[in-house]
Amino acid sequence: MTATYLGMPAFPVAARAAVADTQLRRNLGHATATIRAKRAAVVGELDDWEELRLAGAAIKDRTLRHLDHYLEQLETSLTARGATVHWAVDAAAANAVVAEVAKAHGASEVVKIKSMATQEIGLNEALEAEGIAAYETDLAELIVQLGEDKPSHILVPAIHRNRAEIREIFLRAMPDAPQGLTDRPADLAAAARAHLRRRFLSARVAVSGANFAVAETGTLTIVESEGNGRMCLTLPEVLVCVVGIEKVLPTWQDLEVFLQLLPRSSTGERMNPYTSTWSGVTPGDGPREVHVILLDNGRTRALADTVGRQALRCIRCSACLNVCPVYERAGGHAYGSVYPGPIGAILTPLLGGLTGELENSLPYASTLCGACFEACPVRIDIPEVLLHLRSKAVTAKRHPAQDAAMRTAAVVMRSPRLWSRALRLAGVTGRLFRRGRIRRLPGPGAAWTDARDAPVPARESFRDWWTRTRGSGS
Amino acid sequence: MRVALFVTCLNDALYPGTGKAVVTLLERLGVEVEFPLDQTCCGQMHFNTGYRAACEPLVRGFAETFAPYDAVVVPSASCAGMARHFHPQVVAGGNASWRVSDVATRVYELSEFLVDVLEVTDVGAYYPHRVTYHPTCHSLRVLGVGDRPLRLLRAVRGLDLVELPEAEQCCGFGGTFAVKNADVSVAMGADKIAYVHETGAEVLTAADNSCLMHLGGMLSRLRTGVRTVHLAEILAATEEAGAA
Repeated sequence: MTATYLGMPAFPVAARAAVADTQLRRNLGHATATIRAKRAAVVGELDDWEELRLAGAAIKDRTLRHLDHYLEQLETSLTARGATVHWAVDAAAANAVVAEVAKAHGASEVVKIKSMATQEIGLNEALEAEGIAAYETDLAELIVQLGEDKPSHILVPAIHRNRAEIREIFLRAMPDAPQGLTDRPADLAAAARAHLRRRFLSARVAVSGANFAVAETGTLTIVESEGNGRMCLTLPEVLVCVVGIEKVLPTWQDLEVFLQLLPRSSTGERMNPYTSTWSGVTPGDGPREVHVILLDNGRTRALADTVGRQALRCIRCSACLNVCPVYERAGGHAYGSVYPGPIGAILTPLLGGLTGELENSLPYASTLCGACFEACPVRIDIPEVLLHLRSKAVTAKRHPAQDAAMRTAAVVMRSPRLWSRALRLAGVTGRLFRRGRIRRLPGPGAAWTDARDAPVPARESFRDWWTRTRGSGS
Repeated sequence: MRVALFVTCLNDALYPGTGKAVVTLLERLGVEVEFPLDQTCCGQMHFNTGYRAACEPLVRGFAETFAPYDAVVVPSASCAGMARHFHPQVVAGGNASWRVSDVATRVYELSEFLVDVLEVTDVGAYYPHRVTYHPTCHSLRVLGVGDRPLRLLRAVRGLDLVELPEAEQCCGFGGTFAVKNADVSVAMGADKIAYVHETGAEVLTAADNSCLMHLGGMLSRLRTGVRTVHLAEILAATEEAGAA
C-alpha cells in the first residue's frame, strides 16, 4: 500500500504551482511566522527545555524497543476497564472495524475528533462507501471538509485558507450558515459552533484518535483547543478510537514530559485549553461502549528501519512544519499525503515505502538546513533520516542521467590527476564567457540559470596558482 | 603545528580567490600553510544526493591526504561539516574508519580556526564597505560556529556591519536541491535577497561560496549592484593591499 493521495505528482511539480499561488504564499508566510514567534517565546522561558527533549526522546525510544510488551499491557489494561481492543494491520482492517461498529448501532452518521490516524487510513471515504457520513468537528477540519479540500498542515489543516475564503466556504457548503455572515473570526466561529452543536446532539457514534495511550492504566489522552473533541468524547453512546501503535507510553507519569513538550511545540502555548483522558467505560458517565483500534499500517515497517525508526517518536506537533523554509513556500499539499512538511517527507516513505515517483521525490524536498531537527521536541534527526532515505531512493529507482553524472564525478574526483585536468579543461571553457557570468546553461543546468546567473570556471584553478607560485607546495 | 588548507572543489574550480585569501590571511598571522595537492573533494555532493558508495573513496582519500596535519582549515562551513560530522558515518569499521574519525576531529572552518586555535578576532583587516552577513545553515546547525564570524567582522576596520533580518533562515541553495527543486529554491533565495536589500548593504558575505553562488547568481541576474564576497576575502583585505 502507499501512504500518499492518489494521482499526486512528484514534489517539485506540485511545489511549482504552490510557489506561484500568491494567496497561498501570503497565508502561509503570515501563519507560520506567527506560530514560530509564539513557539520561540514559550520554549525560551523554560530552563530545562533541552532536558525535556532528551527525556521525550528517551521515553519514546525505550517504548519502541519494547513495543510488543507495552502494547500487550495496554490491551490488558483497556480490556480490564471495559474497552474492546481491535488490532488492525492496515487501513482496510481499521476502516472495516469502524464501519462494523457504526452499523451494529444502526448509525448512518458519526462525529469525528480531529485525528491524523483516521485521515491516514482514509476513514471518511471508506465510511462514505458504506453509506455512513463522517462529520469533522474540529473547526479547521470542518473548513477543509466543507471546502472539499485536503488538509495542508498537521495542526492547522486550513492554514492555506484565510478568513474571506472561509466565509465563502461556509456560505456555500454549510446549510445552516446564518445569512449576512461576515468574515470576522468571532462570527465565523459562532456559525461553526451552532452548526456543530446540532451534530453533537444527534450523533450516536463518535470517532477519535489519541495523542497518547498509557499502557499502565489503559488511558487514552487527547489534547485540543476547542472543546469540540470533549463533546465527541462525552455525548455519543459509542466511542471508537483509532490509535497508531507508536502512541503508547508506559506510565501515567510519562505524560508529564509530553504534556509540556506538545503544547509549547504545536500551538506555542504553555498548556492547551482541553486535555481529556479516559480509561475504558465509566458507568453513568460518557460513552457506554468504547472500542480501541490499535493500528499498524506501516509502523512496524518503519520500526524495522534502524535509522528511520526515530520518526515513530513523532507526537504530531508540527513544529518542524512551521520552521521549514521549504514548507513555508511549497505548502502542505505538495507533499501529497496527510503528513506534510519535513516529518511527512520522512514518514510517508517510511510507512508506505519508496514506491512511486512522489515517495521518491520526498526525501529530496529539503535543503538539509536542519531547522526541523532543532525544533523537534523529541529530537528526531530529520536530516539524518532524509539522507538515509536518499541513499535508498537512488537504488529504489534509477535515474540514468543523474547516475551517470555522479559516477563520472566520482571517478574524476577520486583521482587528483584527473581532477586537475578537468579543472584545466573547465578553465579553457571559462575563457568563452567574457562577461564573467553565464546567463544560460543547457540541459539540467537550465534549472539553475532559469533564475540565476552561473559562475564562470576560473581561468587558473587554485591548485594551478599554488603550483605556479609555490612549487609543488606540500 | 602543521596546517593544511582544504580549499574545497568548488573554490578550486570557481573561486580560487577565496583560497588565495585564506593563504594571505594565515601567512599574515604567522601561520605556515600547506596545500597538499592530492586533495580533491569531501564527497558532500555524493553523500547528500544518496550516492554513499561513490562517496566512500573520496572520504578515504581525504583522510589519507590530511592525516599528517595537525589542523585542516576549510573556507566552507558546509564542507567542514561534511568532513567533521559525516565522514565518520561514511566509513564504518576497520583501521580506515579510525583514521577517518581521527582526521575529522582536526578539521576547522576558517572562523573556528582563527578564533579557537589562533585565538584572534582582530586579524588586521581593512574593508571600507557596508556589509551584511548570512549565517549559512551548516555553519549554524552542523558546526555551531555561533557568532565567531561576526566577531571577526566587527573587528575589521572601516567595515559597516549591518544585521540581516531573518538571518537564520536558509537561503534555498541546498546542493542539488537548487536544481531538483529550482522553484522553491529560487523562492527562498528571493526572500533572502529582499532582506539583503532592506539592509542597504553593498556586500553580502558568508562562510560558504556555495550559498553565495546561489544568492549572487540571483543578485547579478537582477542587476541589483549588491555583490557577494566570501568571509575570507574580507578578512584578507588590508589598507596596503587595497581592499577589493
